[in-house]
Amino acid sequence: MYDRHQPEVTPEHKEFLKRVKLKKVSVLTTQILILVLFFVVWELAARYKIIDAFITSQPSRVLKTLVNLYARGELLRHVGITCLETVIGFTSATVLGTATAIALWWSDFLAKVMEPYLVVLSSLPKIALGPIFIVWIGAGPAAIIVMTLAISIIVAILEVLNGFLSVDQEKIKLVKTFGARKLQVFTKVVLPASFPTIINALKVNVGLSWVGVIMGEFLVSKAGLGYLIVYGGQVFQLDLVMTSVLILAIAAAAMYQGVVYLEKIVVKNRYEIKE
Amino acid sequence: MENAVEVHSVKMKYHSLNGEIDALEEIDLSVGRGEFISIVGPSGCGKSTLLSIIAGLLAPTAGYVLVNGKKVTGTSSEVGYMLQKDHLFDWRTIYGNVVLGLEIRGDLTPENAGYVQELLKMYGLYEFKDKYPNQLSGGMRQRAALIRTLAIKPDILLLDEAFSALDYQTRLAVAEDIYSIIKKENKTAVLVTHDIAEGISMADRVVVLSRRPAVIKNIHEIKLTCSNRTPLSSREAPEFRQYFNRIWKELDVHV
Ligand SMILES: Nc1ncnc2c1ncn2[C@@H]1O[C@H](COP(=O)(O)OP(=O)(O)O)[C@@H](O)[C@H]1O
Ligand SMILES: [Mg+2]
Repeated sequence: MYDRHQPEVTPEHKEFLKRVKLKKVSVLTTQILILVLFFVVWELAARYKIIDAFITSQPSRVLKTLVNLYARGELLRHVGITCLETVIGFTSATVLGTATAIALWWSDFLAKVMEPYLVVLSSLPKIALGPIFIVWIGAGPAAIIVMTLAISIIVAILEVLNGFLSVDQEKIKLVKTFGARKLQVFTKVVLPASFPTIINALKVNVGLSWVGVIMGEFLVSKAGLGYLIVYGGQVFQLDLVMTSVLILAIAAAAMYQGVVYLEKIVVKNRYEIKE
Repeated sequence: MENAVEVHSVKMKYHSLNGEIDALEEIDLSVGRGEFISIVGPSGCGKSTLLSIIAGLLAPTAGYVLVNGKKVTGTSSEVGYMLQKDHLFDWRTIYGNVVLGLEIRGDLTPENAGYVQELLKMYGLYEFKDKYPNQLSGGMRQRAALIRTLAIKPDILLLDEAFSALDYQTRLAVAEDIYSIIKKENKTAVLVTHDIAEGISMADRVVVLSRRPAVIKNIHEIKLTCSNRTPLSSREAPEFRQYFNRIWKELDVHV
């Protein structure tokens, strides 16, 4: 009744594990195959003039562009700027959003007062604020970061607050029976219980931050991947556009994985099975 | 000797936008030191409300409660509260969970930590102290929850349907377990339950509440002929049925 024990691994179970593993491997292989096929078909279609490489670009030209950009030292600069803007925007949205959510959780009155404003702000297409930010802050990275913040902070506030509010009332009652004051209710129950929700909000916010940064770069257009995409489009250099989009995809995926990794250490470790 | 708990003309009204809800109507009750009281009543009649008032979590609309002769104005370490679910925090180890109350009260002194270690040892949880709650069975989790409550050294334990989240077999075993710990630690206990049999099996007296707004319908002194009384052996006693039937009739359950 008391502890889970590890039973002997039977041959049937080994067989089962093997099948599960085999399935995993074949899924992965198929995924890689699709990717390779996509690039091969794209390349061949362009090479044999089935599609017009001038408007679709092609993998070999993407590669060439990549090497060129790298050789001119521009690749790292543009990628670096975009990533930096995203990380700063994302982090500040998370920190400010969580802080605001804490304030709203703390004061019911404040939450009630803020409710209509949050609703309006969350449905407003934030890109419309872009020109305002540029006029106020100037056409530079700062405006891009503010743009990113504007796009992701409302979601951060609402998600985190929602996490706080959905904490089991009985758990709160429990700490109150021990005489917990509001600050203790927050630090001992509400915050730790909400960590999984907060991490989930982060996952959504990573995507939104990229949207904010690229939109910002579209508007401000001085450097970064968004700038390269807009610039490439304007001068009809689809090679540059495709290359930038591919790098963007990789960078965004990498950052998402970063958050997943964070989730692993922050959340999963807490329930770690220490046998 | 003074009573452990005295409830004097306690009334409770809840206010909501849909109107007032009369939960408790004039409750008078006293619980002697070391006594085990069960409170049974239809669901929604105000049992949890009564316990919350005794615990000092809620202020009654009228009347007052004395715990160890002192008027209750807020929570105190003299009263321990056990909820329906164990509510062990899955982000804390068992040890982290059982010292929660001491931590919140700012009482996690070396002596008290030592006392917790002793409790863990005495009740077979010591070797699990560094495990997480999801690694324990339902019965052990409930036991950890009890130790968490005992850690603040309360004289009086309030148990609000403390076993009803468990499946039937486990529930019998856990009731047996918790009962023996409560008796061993010499605590006064007030158990709220909607399970008549469970109420009789553990109690010295069973208090029957009416439907909302609750008044005390009757109080049954439980006298069973069985040696070495435990919840399980109580169920074997010849008088058990009679108590059950009488209380069942009083509760007047309709479907
Ligand atoms: N905070 C509250 N606000 C308004 N009504 C409440 C509140 N808590 C409980 N009630 C109402 O008071 C009545 C008694 O509740 P409760 O004490 O939880 O009953 P029991 O524990 O006997 O099931 C119920 O009808 C319930 O809906
Ligand atoms: Mg209840």
